Amino acid sequence: MQKIEAIIQPSKLDAVKDALLEVGIEGMTILEARGHGRQKGHTEFYRGREYTVDLLPKVKLEMVVPDELADKAVQAILSSARTGKIGDGKIFLSKIDDAIRIRNDERGSAAL
Amino acid sequence: MRIRSLKFALLAAALCLPCFSFAQIAANSAAVSSQIAQLQAEVAQAQSSADNSWMLISAALVLLMTGPGLALFYGGLVRRKNVLSILMQCMAMMCIITVLWALATYSLAFDSGSAFIGGLHHLFLRGVGLAPDPDYSATIPLQTFMIYQLMFAIITPALITGAFAERMKFSAMAVFLALWSIFVYSPMAHMVWGKGGLLNADLGGRFPCLDFAGGTVVHVTSGVSALVCALYLGKRVGYPSEAMPPHSVVLSFIGACLLWFGWFGFNAGSALGSSPLATSAFVNTQFAAAAAALSWAAAEWLRSGKPSALGLISGAVAGLVAITPAAGFVQPMSALVIGVIAGAFCFFMVVKVKSWFGYDDSLDAFGVHGAGGTLGAILTGVFATSAVNPIFKNAKTGAALPSGLIQGNWHQFFNQFIGVAIAWTLSIVGTFILLKLVDLTIGLRVTREHEMEGLDVTQHGEEGYEFGA
Repeated sequence: MQKIEAIIQPSKLDAVKDALLEVGIEGMTILEARGHGRQKGHTEFYRGREYTVDLLPKVKLEMVVPDELADKAVQAILSSARTGKIGDGKIFLSKIDDAIRIRNDERGSAAL
Repeated sequence: MRIRSLKFALLAAALCLPCFSFAQIAANSAAVSSQIAQLQAEVAQAQSSADNSWMLISAALVLLMTGPGLALFYGGLVRRKNVLSILMQCMAMMCIITVLWALATYSLAFDSGSAFIGGLHHLFLRGVGLAPDPDYSATIPLQTFMIYQLMFAIITPALITGAFAERMKFSAMAVFLALWSIFVYSPMAHMVWGKGGLLNADLGGRFPCLDFAGGTVVHVTSGVSALVCALYLGKRVGYPSEAMPPHSVVLSFIGACLLWFGWFGFNAGSALGSSPLATSAFVNTQFAAAAAALSWAAAEWLRSGKPSALGLISGAVAGLVAITPAAGFVQPMSALVIGVIAGAFCFFMVVKVKSWFGYDDSLDAFGVHGAGGTLGAILTGVFATSAVNPIFKNAKTGAALPSGLIQGNWHQFFNQFIGVAIAWTLSIVGTFILLKLVDLTIGLRVTREHEMEGLDVTQHGEEGYEFGA
């Protein structure tokens, strides 16, 4: 099992969700987030005072998938979330030791 | 032949007619004169009803400017943790100034007293009844005049709160502004509008100063006092290194539009009746606001590359401030010019001058009201024309005399400076003394910790936005 955490542009959420459903990902958790990478925000002016807004609104998707689906899921995110411009986001992968379904104690891949 | 006989007949008729008429008049004279008197009374009643209805609506419109107009305008500009403190300060003014007005400040402003302050005959509103006072307005009940003027007394101290927003104790704010209303607002209102006032142009003051709806009385006094407050209190913790953007330009936008709407009562109501002069002030108000909004936004567009919502509404307020003293004295084209100048000038004061001197006038009460009010008072002396409002008349012939500089009245132009100078002096000296007094007794500022936590929780024990609820 692998955990995929993807930070994407909020405007790409629908496209990414659809692409993931298409490759067979059935569950995900979505968080509204704020952050920045190398792109470092933008400037706003209020009555002539300049403010650098460096934490921009982002969306973070989290999902745990069986090993064989991980590559497909990553590809789906890459192709649907990419605009080619700075600020498109990042994907992080990590190994998951176990998963438990609270409703009926199922464990491992069966719980996903 | 026929013509001659016709002439005779006419002559005979003409000779007889007076006999009949005299007889008729003698018989009906009593009835006719009582009818005329009745008609006159009905006409006066009708005019009084029309004037009174407009003035009561105007009074309500001016109250709307403080709450929710100014409250939302200022409330949106502060950080989220202080929004309630702003709403509270505006509402507190609506209540505290009202009570003071009934007890004493109406008398201090509008009773005939010395040249500088009114007397005490109207304490507790004694003698303020439903009969008109012809010195102020012959067609509306004196109580209407009194309640209308109260709304001005409310918004003026409320405007000052913009300078010390986000850092003053609620108790100190209440005491300071109550004292300010007694010792700064009342004398200034008396000098410009009260019977026997030094600057009163309507009732023959020593230095007649044209101030239709409160350029000096409301905006110069509040704006300059705001500057003194900002300098005395010092900057907010973290200013200017820390970002303090408005928490909701949407709230400010709603507030500014309500201010614009209410301003029709403020300016057109200052005609004290539903006369053509009220129309003149109404029209000028609209044109100046629009021109100033565009002028501010254009200046901003040139400087930072984008026109902003906050810029557009700030410009509109600046234009409304600047047209206030001029509204009932100038032509619509002059109002447009005053608006264009005011938008650019106030932008310059807020964006450039504030950062040159480094004072923290949190919500630009001085940059908009002090600067715009001063500019408007002086431009009134330039653009005022007797074609709109023949306020100065030849004592013998009753003919209108020139009003402002473009009509060649240099004297009035200088009188405007006298009015502005007195308003500045009274505001600086009065505000400084009162701030010192309150500072030494109950203290002005909240503690550093409370300021960082926000005034809503520390002063009022509640929060403006409770998303978990």
